[in-house]
Amino acid sequence: MISALICTPLIAAAVVWFMKPGLHRARVLPVAGVIHLALVLAALARSAHLQPGAWFRLDPLGGWMLLVVSTIFTLCALYAPAYLALRMERNFGVFGVAMLGFLGMASLVAVSRHPGVLWVGMEATALSTTPLLYYNKNKRSLEATWKYLLICSVGMALALLGTFFVAYAAQQGGLGEPIYLDRLVANAAAMPTPWLKAGFVLLLVGYGTKMGLAPMHTWKPDAYGETPGIVGTILAGGVTTMAFLSLLRFYSIMAAAGLGPFCRELLVGMGLLSMTWAFVFMIRQGDLRRLLAYSSVEHMGILAFGVGIGGKATLFALFHVAANALVKSVLFLGSGNIVRSFSSKNLADVSGAMRRLPVSGWCFLLGFLAIVGSPPFAPFTSIFGIASTALGSGRLLAGSLFLALLAAIFTAMGSVILPVLQGNPNPASVRTHYEDTFGLTAPLVLALALALVLGTWLPGPLQTLLSRAALLVEGQP
Amino acid sequence: MTPNLLLAAIMLINFMLVASSRVSKCIQLAALQGGLLALVLLLMHDHWPFHVLLMAFSTAAIKGVVIPAMLNRAQDRMKPQREPEPYVGYTLTLVMAAAGTGLAFILARRLPLQAGNLGTLFVPASIMALFTGFLLLTTRKRALLQVVGYLVLENGVYLFSLLLVKQMPLLVETGVLLDLVVGIFVMGIVINHIQTAFDSQDTHRLAHLKD
Repeated sequence: MISALICTPLIAAAVVWFMKPGLHRARVLPVAGVIHLALVLAALARSAHLQPGAWFRLDPLGGWMLLVVSTIFTLCALYAPAYLALRMERNFGVFGVAMLGFLGMASLVAVSRHPGVLWVGMEATALSTTPLLYYNKNKRSLEATWKYLLICSVGMALALLGTFFVAYAAQQGGLGEPIYLDRLVANAAAMPTPWLKAGFVLLLVGYGTKMGLAPMHTWKPDAYGETPGIVGTILAGGVTTMAFLSLLRFYSIMAAAGLGPFCRELLVGMGLLSMTWAFVFMIRQGDLRRLLAYSSVEHMGILAFGVGIGGKATLFALFHVAANALVKSVLFLGSGNIVRSFSSKNLADVSGAMRRLPVSGWCFLLGFLAIVGSPPFAPFTSIFGIASTALGSGRLLAGSLFLALLAAIFTAMGSVILPVLQGNPNPASVRTHYEDTFGLTAPLVLALALALVLGTWLPGPLQTLLSRAALLVEGQP
Repeated sequence: MTPNLLLAAIMLINFMLVASSRVSKCIQLAALQGGLLALVLLLMHDHWPFHVLLMAFSTAAIKGVVIPAMLNRAQDRMKPQREPEPYVGYTLTLVMAAAGTGLAFILARRLPLQAGNLGTLFVPASIMALFTGFLLLTTRKRALLQVVGYLVLENGVYLFSLLLVKQMPLLVETGVLLDLVVGIFVMGIVINHIQTAFDSQDTHRLAHLKD
């Protein structure tokens, strides 16, 4: 079962590779996505009966994250055939293989129970997404790819060093190889704290780079800016989710070692810094995709802040992973459609998008309202939950800063986005042949509907899954 | 013989890297540093089972020969051009590297070593290499020099991993070897592309994307 999660996407990738060129290659993606999603759900339903493996196991925390990534992937995969049909001149082989390779490696990260394997999986997700970044094959996308590779490779090197620090602490605590995560959590109290602290700082910087927390987020605006919307979705909803999971794995070791307060201070600081940074760069941002990239930086900050507040806020932060990923896929895929119609992502050239592209425009507007935390969408639930936990637990300063930043970001983002959507299209602006079609809008509507459902009603099994995942984050079995 | 002598040499190479303005010399220095790492690894063990020899050999081969050769080839194929001035001058980076070394020693004193490693310079050498790598990555304009910076940073991670290599060979060897292979793969491809697309590896020209 566990191996099927990893192997199905990889087999599908091999199938794509050996198929003859043509659009049917793109149709493998939705099939593989739906199968993978079904496998994740089946594995979660049967997790009580699955043999607990030492190296690989699907626990509630990994299961929740993989469920999010698999859903996002399926949404993108449903969008892919219609999108690729617009770009028939391109070879879909590399695109499909890279997408499916990413899904396989994300599954590896989710199920791995050893920090070394976790790191290998994260490195592999970075590599498999690199060809996607260079998909447009022009100078600007090359520049974005170079920055992504260099900055993320440095981040991964630091994460490896942090992993080694934790391993050295484990060695001093009397643990031998192999250092499974469960053994690390169980024996955390006996490890020397200086090494654990230093290790966590390195891991926060390393995996934080991958998540895109400020000030290590500098690859993000370029990477999101120069790639197709579908790749932006995979990066903003998939890669960052897995990086967050990797960080949480180590956070639970620290929490078990009694270093929770130290780590939480760091996370709150990083969270607020990321939100501030995102706010500053959102003001009068002239590029649609870069705006979304800064919004992603902001929401990574919210995740870090939530875990940093702790208690119930941890649970809301985990919920926010899903909320953010779903709404981000609406925004990225929707921005793709808008950019295609106006043939520019420069906001000065785009106006009246709702009139020209009613479905994509409306989805984008609702997605914008959702991402800034308006009810009744899912992000509202988590943002409200995190803020009220912060204020309720006596973190008045941090809590009010959090709320003030959210309000500021709402204004900054709104003043940039609303003129683009409302009004009449400027007659002088370019109009390409692109029109909204079912294949290019249905995934958006679906993602928005999911975000709406999650915002109003969380099914019972998911609630149990989330609360068990939150316990795992806090270092309790 | 303790490995401290070699570690000191590795730290000295970091200073030379920061002070050097010529790309070809930096590549040579990085190759030398990589080769020394393999020597330190051999020194750590009293007898050499197959997996230790394999790791030492691949370290020396990849860090000492393959990657430098790739970088040299990329350098040779480029049109001769003047070195662009770095963002921060050579003297200032040298001073920063010295300050970083001091900081590395202070930090290392706060991290208690295990009985078997007491008195060794692994931790300060590792942190210093990390710092030097960062300096090169952030202050140099040429893509090739940034790659050298990344290599030095990786060498820092490698140095620390040597403290673990006896007790946790599996974790260290897979992690480090994979990192090496990825490094070549990725940097090789990107450098090639940058060359064809821009006809130069001055990353300063890779500066169209900004706010």
